[in-house]
Amino acid sequence: MSNVKTPIYMDYSSTTPTDQRVADKMAEFLTVDTAFGNPASSSHVFGWNADVAVKNARQQVADLINADPREIVWTSGATEANNLAIKGAAHFNTRKGKHIVTSKTEHKAVLDTCRQLEREGFEVTYLDPMDNGLIDLEVLKAALRDDTTVVSIMHVNNEIGVIQDIAAIGEICRERKIVFHVDAAQSTGKCPIDLEELKVDLMSMCAHKTYGPKGIGALFVRRKPRVRIEAQIHGGGHERGMRSGTLATHQIVGMGECFRIAKEEMATENDRLLMLRNRLYDGFKDMEEVYVNGDLEQRVAGNLNISFNFVEGESLMMSLKDIAVSSGSACTSASLEPSYVLRALGRNDELAHSSLRFTLGRFTTVEDVDYAIKQTRAAVEKLRDLSPLWDMYNDGIDLDTVEWTAH
Amino acid sequence: MAYSEKVIDHYENPRNVGAMDKDAQEVGTGMVGAPACGDVMKLQIKVGDDGIIEDAKFKTYGCGSAIASSSLLTEWVKGKSLDEVQEIKNTDIAEELELPPVKVHCSVLAEDAIKAAIADYQSKQ
Ligand SMILES: Cc1ncc(COP(=O)(O)O)c(C=O)c1O
Repeated sequence: MSNVKTPIYMDYSSTTPTDQRVADKMAEFLTVDTAFGNPASSSHVFGWNADVAVKNARQQVADLINADPREIVWTSGATEANNLAIKGAAHFNTRKGKHIVTSKTEHKAVLDTCRQLEREGFEVTYLDPMDNGLIDLEVLKAALRDDTTVVSIMHVNNEIGVIQDIAAIGEICRERKIVFHVDAAQSTGKCPIDLEELKVDLMSMCAHKTYGPKGIGALFVRRKPRVRIEAQIHGGGHERGMRSGTLATHQIVGMGECFRIAKEEMATENDRLLMLRNRLYDGFKDMEEVYVNGDLEQRVAGNLNISFNFVEGESLMMSLKDIAVSSGSACTSASLEPSYVLRALGRNDELAHSSLRFTLGRFTTVEDVDYAIKQTRAAVEKLRDLSPLWDMYNDGIDLDTVEWTAH
Repeated sequence: MAYSEKVIDHYENPRNVGAMDKDAQEVGTGMVGAPACGDVMKLQIKVGDDGIIEDAKFKTYGCGSAIASSSLLTEWVKGKSLDEVQEIKNTDIAEELELPPVKVHCSVLAEDAIKAAIADYQSKQ
């Protein structure tokens, strides 16, 4: 345990540190002696240099996902990209219909966008995933109607890390000429994405989950066959009118650079992360009453979402003082409700309250993992000694048969 | 969320953790909350012939504030009469532990637990 540097960061799905190589590149586009110009300034060298950098970054982003650079629209992040995609496509296609299909385990940036469209008179179907977190393709097909215009399904889930079959969903949507949007905020640099193959029409991305800066993202908008969306932010007509606003050169350069690195290092990084994730899980496997949330096979390498039954997640995190993780426990959310993602899996609420999400990443070490195992096991043991539910479990009482005084 | 030092102290060194024989006549048990809500408190008191609480024990499933609320309450009730204990309000607990508004329900649960324990004891007499 000697060479562990605390606090340990195991919350890479929340955000990632910007890679030093990325930060160094970004610094070349800010100060007076650098290419700080407005990329839209076509009359002088300051603008030209910035424009070259933006073009280069556009190519780098396109390269990671095998797209054309002209299909990349810069946004402030994945939230804005999701808004632009879903609202933009829904509004553009109102003559065909006003029905949208998404799933209950989407990020709030999708769910809340859909809620807004409902307020505007659109109808939204929220699909229930299977117990493993994956969408049942038959359930999806059954939800599609003649007036369905947009299907929005995320690639990788931010809480449980499961990977949806976007290839199959794409085929289903294309056959019915329905616009297919994918929130890929959690998958760039973690899963190979080939948009020449995938029948995805719109795809949201951001830099800060892929070792780039916060506050920059992009929407892929397919050219062939051409997908049209209505702009949500109006102004100077940047990004072919789809998203106005002066381009943030340094942010864009950062996103390009982190995507370039991701393309180069994804394969080796995934091998290493899988080894670490398996090591972490192995460290808990022999404990009683632990459950992995979400499919363990169709899952990104760095994610372990696990419930320690009879122990409440927030108190568990309180014991893990020098390890940064997150929990689906109600106490950690403003709403005082346990994770809607875990509930959508049909997990009972207790298991949602008892969940911890470990997400490992580029700077996680074997020593970090071993330390996390040791600390977590000790904390679970301590809290189970304090837990009346653990006593009841050991006395053979079925907690589902107890009449609780819910408050 | 930042916790007060008192919550951290009770969380790290919980007082009076344990269980007593719930069938004993001098023991009153109160269990409140629900696993689905994320907190369950079990509070037990042992009452002497003189009507004074001789001992108190707790077990709690819940967040740090819930654990601290029940731990604190077991300290407070020992040596008090049942009437005196009835006077303890959730706001006293919340104030002592400096609970933020979102955690006040933990102190409410603790008050419910002691009231339930007293009622259980009285029903046995
Ligand atoms: C799946 C998913 N979609 C969207 C977002 C929002 O991304 P951003 O923070 O770039 O707006 C996140 C991250 O918070 C996410 O995990």
